[in-house]
Amino acid sequence: MIENVPALLIVLPILVATLPLLVGLRYERVGWTVAALTTTAAFAMALWLALVIFTTGEAVIHQLGGFPRPIGIELVADRLSAPFVVLATGISMGVLAYTRRGGPRGNSFYSAYLLLLGGLLGLSLTGDVFNMFVFLEITGLTTYALIAKGKSGESAIAALKYLIIGTVGASMYLIGVGFLFVATGTLNMIDLATAIPQQAGYGNPLILTAFAFVFVGFAIKIALFPLHTWQPDAYQRAPDGATPLIAALVSTVSAYALFRLVYTVFTVEFLVSIPHASEIVVTVGSISVLAGSALAVMQRRVKRMLAYSSVSQFGLVVLAYGLMNDTALLGALVHLIGHAIMKGGLFLAVGTIAAGTGARTVKEYAGLAKRMPFMAGSLAVLGLALVGVPPSIGFLGKWFIAVGAIEAGIWPVAVVVLLSTMLTLGYIARLLERMYFTPAPTRGGAPEGSLATDGSGNDPTPGAVSAGMLGVTVLAALLAVALGFSGGAFDSLLGPFIEVILNG
Amino acid sequence: MLELLATRYAYVAFIVLLSVGLYMVIASQNLVKKVIGVNLFQTAIFLFFVASAYVEGGAVPVVPKDSAGPTEVIVSPLPHVIVLTAIVVGVALTAVGLALIVRIYTEYGTLREDVLREVRSDD
Repeated sequence: MIENVPALLIVLPILVATLPLLVGLRYERVGWTVAALTTTAAFAMALWLALVIFTTGEAVIHQLGGFPRPIGIELVADRLSAPFVVLATGISMGVLAYTRRGGPRGNSFYSAYLLLLGGLLGLSLTGDVFNMFVFLEITGLTTYALIAKGKSGESAIAALKYLIIGTVGASMYLIGVGFLFVATGTLNMIDLATAIPQQAGYGNPLILTAFAFVFVGFAIKIALFPLHTWQPDAYQRAPDGATPLIAALVSTVSAYALFRLVYTVFTVEFLVSIPHASEIVVTVGSISVLAGSALAVMQRRVKRMLAYSSVSQFGLVVLAYGLMNDTALLGALVHLIGHAIMKGGLFLAVGTIAAGTGARTVKEYAGLAKRMPFMAGSLAVLGLALVGVPPSIGFLGKWFIAVGAIEAGIWPVAVVVLLSTMLTLGYIARLLERMYFTPAPTRGGAPEGSLATDGSGNDPTPGAVSAGMLGVTVLAALLAVALGFSGGAFDSLLGPFIEVILNG
Repeated sequence: MLELLATRYAYVAFIVLLSVGLYMVIASQNLVKKVIGVNLFQTAIFLFFVASAYVEGGAVPVVPKDSAGPTEVIVSPLPHVIVLTAIVVGVALTAVGLALIVRIYTEYGTLREDVLREVRSDD
């Protein structure tokens, strides 16, 4: 039974994605209910799967159609993919609590939402490099559709920009897959790990080019500087209900896929045997950290600022991929999971604040702590967690990466990691200062303190903020702090896997 | 060089198409032409897969039930299946891209990127 769960997790959301549109012909607001039921079922299955994997310590493998490796396509749920499956289903469930009131409404949104969930789960579970391309494109296509769900023409432009750049990225990955296939004759990830040294050898030009194409393709999808240009527009112009989902999951799962490809397919021996391979990965990550933070500090709009912050945080993760020791890799995975929770929560808070007060720029956040104390509080907690103030999941991830950099003996990188904390504080502190220490501009003696009062002069919408929107944001903030105590747990869950990929 | 062109012309065409597609995506101001560029870029990859799967004198990978087994050289069907799947993905992408362009055109009345930039900066 358990070996069918990986397949069910992918098939269920994709099949059910047709229902909101079909049933929606008769019942108008059925989309949310369908999505909520499906996501809850997927979350339950993901938890069960993770429980089985972590108690038995064995990977759960599903062979599609009963064809064995390397002929058939495998779905592999192991210690690495299980946390990401739980993360993807869990965050999707949380975002639903927001979209019930916060929108975007309409059954087509929920169809795209379920397809996106199916694509993300496929990306996390697949054990076949071409299958990964297909799920990468499913994820991409639904993301473009979700961004275009925004009301203005700007969101269509942002979606088209992402579509063109994202497709080139995914196609580059496909070229890499093609070169790997020509060199080895197999597409299965586990099979490739042994076939690459045996059939082609690590120095083979085809393998080297394949690695370059795969890395650049995923650098576009993860939005590393200077290939990040689609990302700020996409995050800013997407509807407020879709941004948390996209920002928390799409780049995160792509970064997971890159980890899988680098360490399961190409393996650490490849990185070691190729001169400068790991240095290039570390350099690209470091530049992304610095440039992303610098651009974030300059932004006026809060959503755009948080988008550039993602460029820098993912730089930190990719930088850790290149350090190749167990502490840094654990840090990378913890920071990936932590960043998803923190950034998802931050965008949920920003969306709720925009719905409640209409504030969208850093300037308009003045005096927010009085008008929406819970949202300002959650935003502050999540922001400080992102900076890396202990106890929080953000601190844990950055701490492991910094220790890993010191263990690797690459001092400039350790400096970059510590500097990234300072730079993150640079843009988060601007928000905190506005919210807590700048008084709200009063217009015509409008009373302060009531939720619906808007300092910026926009019409407040009474009842725009639901208990679900408030609850899920506060929950994200609490989770970001609570997971700060889980360093030992992460080490015992992911440690054995990292041990295997580093030492064979 | 000449020998390369004569024997490996499909791979040379792959590189040329890839470059032309990428150049169109970057240099063309027309949004529809950008999407065509993306299509060309993908088509180049299809060509690469099909060219790599070509075997001189290879037979169709269908073995009759009662035969003793394959006696001749058989072509691997996998690259062709990959191309078929990738074509489907490409069609879906083109459809979404063109739908977005239709929406941009109704909103701003132009298909050119430079005009679009001007119109938006006026707002």
